[in-house]
This record gives sequence, C-alpha cells and structure tokens, in this order.
Amino acid sequence: MSRTTRVIVALAALAMAVVYVLPLWHIGLEAPQYPEGIGLYIAVDKIVGEKPQDLNSINGLNHYIGMKAIEPDDIPELRFMPKIIAGLIAAGILVAALGKRGLLAGYAVTLLLFSLAGLADFYKWSYDYGHNLDPHAAIKVPGMSYQPPLIGSKQILNFHATSWPASGGWVLIGAVGLIVALALLDYRRARVAAA
Amino acid sequence: MSSSLSVRSRAMLGVAVAALALAGCGKGGEPVAGAADAAQRVYVAPGQYDEFYFFTSGGFSGQLGVYGLPSGRLLKVLPVFSQNAENAYGYSEETKPMLNTSYGFVPWDDSHHPELSMTGGVPDGRWIFINGNNTPRVARIDLTDFTTAEIIEIPHSAGNHASPFVTENTEYSVAATRFSVPTPQADVPIASYKENFRGLLTFIKVDSATGRMKIAFQILMPGFNYDLSHSGKGPSREWSFFTSYNSEEASTLLEVNASQKDKDFIAAVHWTAAEQCVQDGKAKQVPARYAHNVMDPKSHVATSTIETSTTFLDARDCPGVVYYLPTPKSPHGVDVDPSGELIAAGGKLASVIPVHSFSKMLKAIEDKAFDGEVSGVPILKYDAVLAGEVKEPGLGPLHTEFDGKGNAYTSMFLSSEIVKWSLTDFTVLDRIPTYYSIGHLSIPGGDTKQPWGKYVVALNKITKDRYLPTGPELTQSAQLIDISGPKMQLLLDFPTIGEPHYAQAIPASLLTEKQIKTFDLATNADPYAALSESATGVTRSGRTVHVKMTSIRSHFMPDNIEGVQVGDSVYFHVTNLEQDWDVPHGFAITGLNNAELLIMPGETRTIVWVPSKVGVFPFYCTDFCSALHQEMQGWVRVSPRGSSVALVANKPAGQ
Repeated sequence: MSRTTRVIVALAALAMAVVYVLPLWHIGLEAPQYPEGIGLYIAVDKIVGEKPQDLNSINGLNHYIGMKAIEPDDIPELRFMPKIIAGLIAAGILVAALGKRGLLAGYAVTLLLFSLAGLADFYKWSYDYGHNLDPHAAIKVPGMSYQPPLIGSKQILNFHATSWPASGGWVLIGAVGLIVALALLDYRRARVAAA
Repeated sequence: MSSSLSVRSRAMLGVAVAALALAGCGKGGEPVAGAADAAQRVYVAPGQYDEFYFFTSGGFSGQLGVYGLPSGRLLKVLPVFSQNAENAYGYSEETKPMLNTSYGFVPWDDSHHPELSMTGGVPDGRWIFINGNNTPRVARIDLTDFTTAEIIEIPHSAGNHASPFVTENTEYSVAATRFSVPTPQADVPIASYKENFRGLLTFIKVDSATGRMKIAFQILMPGFNYDLSHSGKGPSREWSFFTSYNSEEASTLLEVNASQKDKDFIAAVHWTAAEQCVQDGKAKQVPARYAHNVMDPKSHVATSTIETSTTFLDARDCPGVVYYLPTPKSPHGVDVDPSGELIAAGGKLASVIPVHSFSKMLKAIEDKAFDGEVSGVPILKYDAVLAGEVKEPGLGPLHTEFDGKGNAYTSMFLSSEIVKWSLTDFTVLDRIPTYYSIGHLSIPGGDTKQPWGKYVVALNKITKDRYLPTGPELTQSAQLIDISGPKMQLLLDFPTIGEPHYAQAIPASLLTEKQIKTFDLATNADPYAALSESATGVTRSGRTVHVKMTSIRSHFMPDNIEGVQVGDSVYFHVTNLEQDWDVPHGFAITGLNNAELLIMPGETRTIVWVPSKVGVFPFYCTDFCSALHQEMQGWVRVSPRGSSVALVANKPAGQ
C-alpha cells in the first residue's frame, strides 16, 4: 500500500464515525392529507421522526392497517450496530497502520459484506412490518402489503413512500466505496508491478 | 298589469339614474379600480397565503375576527369575551374562569378595539389586546396559538371604550371610562352628576416578558365621557392622549345636552410623570373588586383571582401629569402621526379636522399658555397648540390613520367617505365614498411608526343594499381600498362578523413562523390529563363522577362506562393524544346542556354532563378526524339514583 492509500483508508475509516451523529436512512411519506410530509430517520442507534411527533403519527396511521407499532427499543440492531461500526473504524485504522495489501482487500470485502447484510436486515424488518399485519385491522385490502421500498419510491394506498440513504448513509456509502476502489486499484497496481 | 310594470320600470330608471350620478364619484357595483384589475389585485390563488392578517373586533359579538388581506377571507372567529359553544370556550371547566368578573360570570361583551403589541413603535406580533366595553375589561390574546391568554377587569370604570391602546413598547395598555360614574360607586342622585361623577384613565402595566397585565394606576379626572385614545411615539412616546366629550357634564339627553360647547377636550397624559407621582407617594390605595383571569400556559387551565385594591391618582394632586387640549365638538379619534409630532382629532360634529402639534404643546406648557382649568387640569390655548386645520374635509370626521408617506386618511361618518389629506399643508388630496357610514378605518400599521401603507380598510356601520339581503339583520361589512397610488381605489367589499368596529393588520410573515401546530402532550399539566390510555379511568366522589378519557384516531378510551346515576355531575376530562397537525377531536353526549368540547392535539378539556334520564347514552367525536371518524363513539349507562350498578369503565387491551 502506498503512503497516500494508507492515509486515505485511515481517513475514510474515520469518516464513518459521522454515522454516530447523522442518520443513515430516511423514509418519507406524502399524502393529500400530509402536504408537509411525515417521515422517519433511521440512525445507527435509533429511529426518530423527521419532525418530533412523526414516529407517533406514523404508528397512529399504521394501526388502521394493522401494522405493528415501530418501537425502537424492540429492535436489537440499534443496540449492537454502534459497536460494529466502532469495530470497522478501528479495523480500518489498523489496516492503514499495518499497510498490508492483503489486509486492505480483506477489509474491503468485509465492508461490502457488512453493507449487504445491513440492507438485507433493513429489508427483513420492513418486510415484517409490511406483511405481518393484525388480522383484526380496520382497513384490510386483499392482497395488499405495506412494505416500503428498499430504495426508491412507491405508492402505498394514499401514501407516496420514499426510501433513500440520509446524510450519514451517504458518507458511509462514500467511505465504503472509496476503500473498495482503493483496494481494487492497489490490487491492479500490484498485478502490473508483478508483470 | 302593463301600467304597473311601466311604473316599476320608471322607478328602476330612477334608481339607475341615481346610480349613474353616483358613478361619477366612484359608486356602483363596479370597484373604481375596474372589475378585472381589482379582482386580480385581491385574488389569492388556492393554496396561497394572504399578505396580511387582519384582526377585526367583533363589536357586540364580543369576539375577534381574523381575516386575510387582500382576499378578505375569514380565517377564524376567535372567542374572547363571549362563550363559544363550538369549542366550549367559556363552557369548559378549564375556560370558564376567563369570563369571571366582580359581577359574577359575564358570558358576553362588546369588543371594540384590537391593538397589536409593539416594540419600538412597530407591531411585534406577540399579542393582540382588545377591550370589553360593557363590563370593563381588557383581554390579551397570544398570537402563537390564537387563544385568549388573559382578561383583566377595570375597577371603578364604566364603559371601557378608550382602550386598550398601547404605548410605544407596550409598557402600558390604557383603559379610559366612557361613562363617568360615582367613583367609587355610591348610591347618589343622578342629578348630582357634576358633584359626584368622575372619569378614570387607567394604565395597565404589561410585563415585557410574559405579557401579564396589572392595574398600575388610575387617574381621577373630571366627569366627562372619555372616548378614544392613542399613545405618543418617538418624541411624544411618554404621553398618552384621550378624547373626551360631554364636557357639559350633562346627565340626560346627551345627544343634545352634550353637544352644546364649541370645544371639548383631548386629555394629554404624561405617563412617566404619573409614574413619578406614584413613586412620590401622591397616589392612594383604594378598595376595589375586580377579576384577573389568567390561562396557565402549561396546564391550559384558567384561574380567576379577585383583586381587592387599586391605585388612584387625582389629577389635582399631581400638576404636570394632565393637560387639556381644546378640540372642536365632541372629538372621537385622537391619532398620532408616525413621527409622533402631529395629533389629529376627529371632532365628529366639527367642520374641520384640527391637528395639534406635540412640540407646540410642550412649548405652551412651558410658557403656561393656559386658558383656565377644569378641576385642577390646565386647559392649553387652542391657538398655542394647533399645527393646522384641515378645512372642509367632509362631514363627521371620526378616525385618522397614516400611510407613512406623509398622508393621513380620515373616516367621515356622515358624508360616508374616506378623505386623504397632506400632513405637510393639511390640504385635502383625495376622497372616496364608502358604503355606508364608515366608523373606524384601518391601514396595516397605520397607527404605528412604520405603516405598511398599501391598503386602507373601511369599517362600515351599515350595508343596506351591498349584499344579498338576509332579512332585517344584514351582514356587516368592510371595504378594501388601495392607497398605493395618488388616487384611492376601491378593490373589494367583504362581509364581517359582529360589528367590525376597529381592526388592525400585520404582515403575515410576522406570525406564520411562530404558529404552534400542536400542544406538547408530554408537558400537558392539566390535573385531570390522561397522557396515555393506561392512565384513563373513572372515579366517584359523592355525586360527582370524574372520567379521565383519551381520544386518538379513531376511538375514545374508555368507550364503555357503567355505574353513572341520574343527577350525577359527570366530568368528562378528555385528553387528545394526537401530536399531529390539524387533528382536533370533538366530544359530545346526548343531552349535554352546555356545549361540545373541541380538544386540540395534546390538550385536555373538561365538560360537565348531568344525566337526567335512565338509559344508555352514546357519545361521539364531533370533529371529522379520520376515515373511521363515524366509528369514534362510546356509551354511558345511566342507572337510577341509588342503583347498585358499580362504576366501571373499560381499559385498553392487555390491562
């Protein structure tokens, strides 16, 4: 690993720490009755309303269709995610300090797997909320489920739902992308040098 | 048949000719700006906001109307002095104390003059004050949630008309008695008026942080009728001015007997000198009984306290506090121009508009240019204080406001018009008819240091043929007139509630950002609040039943209550658990003898129901809240008195 690569890897790893202050993901809902929109921010350790009362309001609306209330305390990921991120940051700094090519490649693969696992977990939760509905709900639409899109936008009854990375999420994506790109670059450089 | 038709068409022709004749001076159904042009200038597209909030007094309705300008659209009728069955203001246990007075519960008043709070002589959008004329009171309305926050009764006063005008930094709101009465009240012959009747000019201190009002001092004056007031600004900021009539001190048939003298007076009150006088111990504490009603901002529960003392300051004991400015013929308005130098008076029976000069007034005081005195109050010489007179302005000048561009606009009650005149040479520049009999007029910020001189609104007393007729009682009306150019242009007529006696406007941008959308449930301090469904329940204490209930889309908790008995006083304390914008819930039950509840998100409201019949009675949400609003209901089982049915209510699932 070149000196520049090592510095960038260390900085990218450190940059991931912003997820402790900035949210990872945003789910937005708009409807005729909600011109101002309501939404949720998913952070590494909590789920909060876009406006102070939005989580309450969303839970209130969701009870009509029999969706479980979103109770952040019941989601274990919010407890161990901060530790995983801390581990990943520490690992990144270690990789940069040791400067071994193989370690960088391993680190990049770990980050990619972590990202995929995170998305899969998000999908699992949203699938559960969207499909596992109270059979006694007031509003039952045959065949209808209420899972928000994994990423992008979707019309769910009168609500237009959007799901996109939030500021912290973009930083995380940028940091992971950068480290993966550096690992690839380093790998190619090594092959060129070998040939 | 045909002859009667022709008579009718001739009569129609006569009306048409009259209309044409009037059209020359700008009459007609057509606004003078031209219909299409005027329509565009008052058009606020769907979903767009008006440029100004416009607060009109409700007059005899006792309330405050909130409109948008330039559209003239009614936004809200804000209950102040009168009970309002649609949201239980003055009926609910939390709000009933607001209407308490030393005369007991007074559920109505005659509200005349809205007055926006000011900082540095310009509206700051914190509060709006309004006077209750009949049972003398001043109310303060909080402009973050558009609710009445406080009402203070004015002791020893009778007819609180010259009120609640504020000083430049809202140090004081004033309250002058329209009717002189025995002060303190006493059982005396009416014919002893001159001997026993006095006027009172009350200064209410307004706390600069909280807005809390307190009667600071009351100045005892000769027994005239004190009509209107304005405080000075800039150089005259330490002075307040009050018009008076009936300087004849008549006590019968005032329409003639109080109109005899050529000149009545404007009382100029040096309120900082009055403060000094109080500090110097020249005032005396006098027994009084008056209610001070305050809505607690945390619990939203009002309390009423009866105060027992007030501070009287006799004008005779404090030379230098009050001077009289002679002013022709029963003056109504007294209006200080944006510079604080000119004081225009509307002598409603006068043939000129006198304009006094503040600097000349100070000089006249210094030179002792006096023309006698009344009960120890020096009368300044008319010529020594006069800046000029507006000649032939029209008939019945009442009230003047200013556009901040060197012009004044005076309403003319008798000739039913607004007259624009110059503050530099006092010449009439323009005039425009009003329909009909204008009282006050209102320019946004038109009585402040910085008017937003775009419109003047005529506040009319009579509408006659201007709207679709609705039986003998017709709508009330205001008229929007553009004053941005050299000629006034009528743009719009719009109907208003009550009598739009006076009104004030403020740019919407000063209020929109600070509007509260919901009340914070977590800080709801109502003693009977249920902050969650698990906190609900029923309790009995003798013949009183308390129901702590919650409402959230789309159910009440509890919704099954049994064990209530005929004749019980059932207190429904309903907390709206919603924390979402624009989701109030209502509450009503069969045979409710007072009013329905309308509960804002996060708030608790209480209504008392006394069931008179045995049976099972439904209650329901009255404010269409959601798709399942019609399902938002419950039942109360009422058993005969002495029944053994236990008092129970259902609980949320899992409890």
